Amino acid sequence: MWDWEFTISILPLLLEGLKITLIATFLAFGFAVVIGFLLAIARRSSVKILSLPVKAFIEFVRSTPLLAQLFFIFYVFPKFGLVLTPLVAGVLGLGLHYSTYLSEVYRSGIDSIPRGQWEAAKALNFSKARTWISIIIPQAVPPIIPVMGNYLIGMFKDTPVLSAITLVELLQTAKIIGAQSFRYLEPITMVGVIFLILSYVSSLGVQWLELRLNQR
Amino acid sequence: MSEIVTETSNNGIQNSEPIVRYQKVSKSFGDIEVIKELDLDVAPAEKIGIIGPSGSGKTTLIRMLMTLEKPTSGTIEVDGELLWHKRVNGNLVPADEKHLRRVRSKVGMIFQQFNLFPHMTVLRNVTEAPIHVLGLSREEAEERAITMLEKVGLKDKLDHYPRQLSGGQQQRVAIARALVMNPKIMLFDEVTSALDPELVEEVLAVIKEIALEGNMTMLLVTHEMQFAREIADRIVFISDGRIIEQGPPEEIFENPKHERTRNFLRRFNKNN
Amino acid sequence: MPFLLKGVVVTIELTIMAAVLAFIMAFIAGFARLSKFAIVRGITQVYVEIFRGTSLLVQLFWVYFVLPFFGIELSAMMTGVLVLGLNYGAYASEVIRSSILAIPKGQTEAGIALNMSPSLIMKRIILPQALLIMLPPLGNYLIELIKSTALVLLITLHDLMFCGTMINNVTMRTTEIYSLVLIIYFLLAYPLTLAIRRLEKRLSAGRL
Ligand SMILES: Nc1ncnc2c1ncn2[C@@H]1O[C@H](COP(=O)(O)OP(=O)(O)OP(=O)(O)O)[C@@H](O)[C@H]1O
Ligand SMILES: [Mg+2]
Repeated sequence: MWDWEFTISILPLLLEGLKITLIATFLAFGFAVVIGFLLAIARRSSVKILSLPVKAFIEFVRSTPLLAQLFFIFYVFPKFGLVLTPLVAGVLGLGLHYSTYLSEVYRSGIDSIPRGQWEAAKALNFSKARTWISIIIPQAVPPIIPVMGNYLIGMFKDTPVLSAITLVELLQTAKIIGAQSFRYLEPITMVGVIFLILSYVSSLGVQWLELRLNQR
Repeated sequence: MSEIVTETSNNGIQNSEPIVRYQKVSKSFGDIEVIKELDLDVAPAEKIGIIGPSGSGKTTLIRMLMTLEKPTSGTIEVDGELLWHKRVNGNLVPADEKHLRRVRSKVGMIFQQFNLFPHMTVLRNVTEAPIHVLGLSREEAEERAITMLEKVGLKDKLDHYPRQLSGGQQQRVAIARALVMNPKIMLFDEVTSALDPELVEEVLAVIKEIALEGNMTMLLVTHEMQFAREIADRIVFISDGRIIEQGPPEEIFENPKHERTRNFLRRFNKNN
Repeated sequence: MPFLLKGVVVTIELTIMAAVLAFIMAFIAGFARLSKFAIVRGITQVYVEIFRGTSLLVQLFWVYFVLPFFGIELSAMMTGVLVLGLNYGAYASEVIRSSILAIPKGQTEAGIALNMSPSLIMKRIILPQALLIMLPPLGNYLIELIKSTALVLLITLHDLMFCGTMINNVTMRTTEIYSLVLIIYFLLAYPLTLAIRRLEKRLSAGRL
């Protein structure tokens, strides 16, 4: 039933797809890390015309499916003259989706800094920027690194959705192989196995990281 | 009537221009007014002990001077300059961040809970602000920091992290951290009340030493009456957001004129 | 528009059925992971890791395209219910497990001191307390589940997402259709978000 020869013959193709999957994951993660931070800052702002729309944006994005957002970016943006390649649209959609989750992670990290730290910084006459750089970020970031790691793994597992906007990543590669050879068993199973191995190993990594951070 | 006492009881320093001047300062949290049209002048180098019942507004009073709380009304002057306001064409307008930072540089504060930076060593706690706020070089900042840490008796703890120190040691680092910025005015908010009793003395000794050097203006909120008596030039008794009575320590502690001061001191002595 | 509404109905049906299955699976797996038999714990662990480790969409494809290979042919709807239920059941089993573990040992001991049987202790003392702790995280998974139902479109179920795409192909009014789809999902999921937040607040205030 299971054809090993066939499995081995399609492995290079699948690894090629995996490359695209990983590229999309890391690009989107980088994007989400930065945008999430900006969202968190804007959300904290005392300027209501900034913080309220940002809050609404975060709530909306978190309450709607990634797939629907991807379709919107990929099919609606061109109507306004913004034609995006599948990879760019995918990175944008995936990154934006997770940036709203990361912004909440940042927010909880920032909120966990005691008020006394802000006050000490003020009493020492630190500028706003310096307070963030020297005091807030170094304390807020280490505890949230494992959480961010888990979101990275989550993004990795969500990349197959990008196949819906025709990005030829791992799953799409498997589908193409299946359609051509009429054998879905090996390619799709292999995709599952690859995801399982990578995400299992990385979640062990995150656990290890968490343990080390707790020891400090 | 309490204000009348002010002018007469500055034991000799009242002639110079005040370095801190509260004028009709009020502060409300929501509907509750915790400081009520308070006036207070502090002479350069004066040491003021602020006492009063819990919730009377002592902390709020000095936090406004550190710009941690904004007065609801009234003005505060520091070294001849308005703190929370700027004068534009004769009108008072709220100060911007630049102005606040300039005036704030003259004030330092020690907190009840130390508020050391837990992710930095003792040395970095003390050098971070000189480097990034005053713009000193690292060598220069470290040299100054080590001098200060020596003064508070912690020169051998440079590479320790705050959590490796006792409460008394942490508070002494906090004092060094504030001193190294060389402020003209230093604020102390019950700096020993978070400490175990046996650690109180080492911190008070350091503060006393600074006080004896003479030239720093100090406002100390404290429940250590004996200590206040030893180092303060003037005691200010606050109750319910107002200055009820003020004067030289002997006068306030031995011969309080006001009923409320008497009650407070009597109750205080009974409890201790 | 009526076409889109039919999609909404399918989405809701799918959500409810998958949620029920997920809930059952979560409870079974959650308790199994607390079992004193290593073999039971081991099997459950494998189930949980497989469903958490291999992407949801890959699982949908596998069931829809690979299982027929073994003679098991499921409709898109059945596939959706099965995969979403098993997938979210695996995630949520952790919630069940940790909520039960979160109840202080003293509670069990108090039950023993009252000479209650283990099952009675579980039913009358542990579970009622653990259920309260579980509610908010389970609610959050329910929201994620609603969002995930959109993926079933990709194995051609005629849900909201599919209907949107179909209309789009016919009418080409892309902007309106996809905006509407987003808004409808929002209207389905957001009230739940608000409800969970209220619940969380009341729980943390100790008023439940
Ligand atoms: N941020 C705040 N929000 C609301 N109320 C406040 C705030 N800070 C202080 N208060 C209230 O203002 C009043 C004065 O507080 P303050 O801390 O200045 O008193 P205190 O004299 O320092 O008391 P203690 O001796 O207990 O430290 C209190 O009733 C307090 O509850
Ligand atoms: Mg106080």
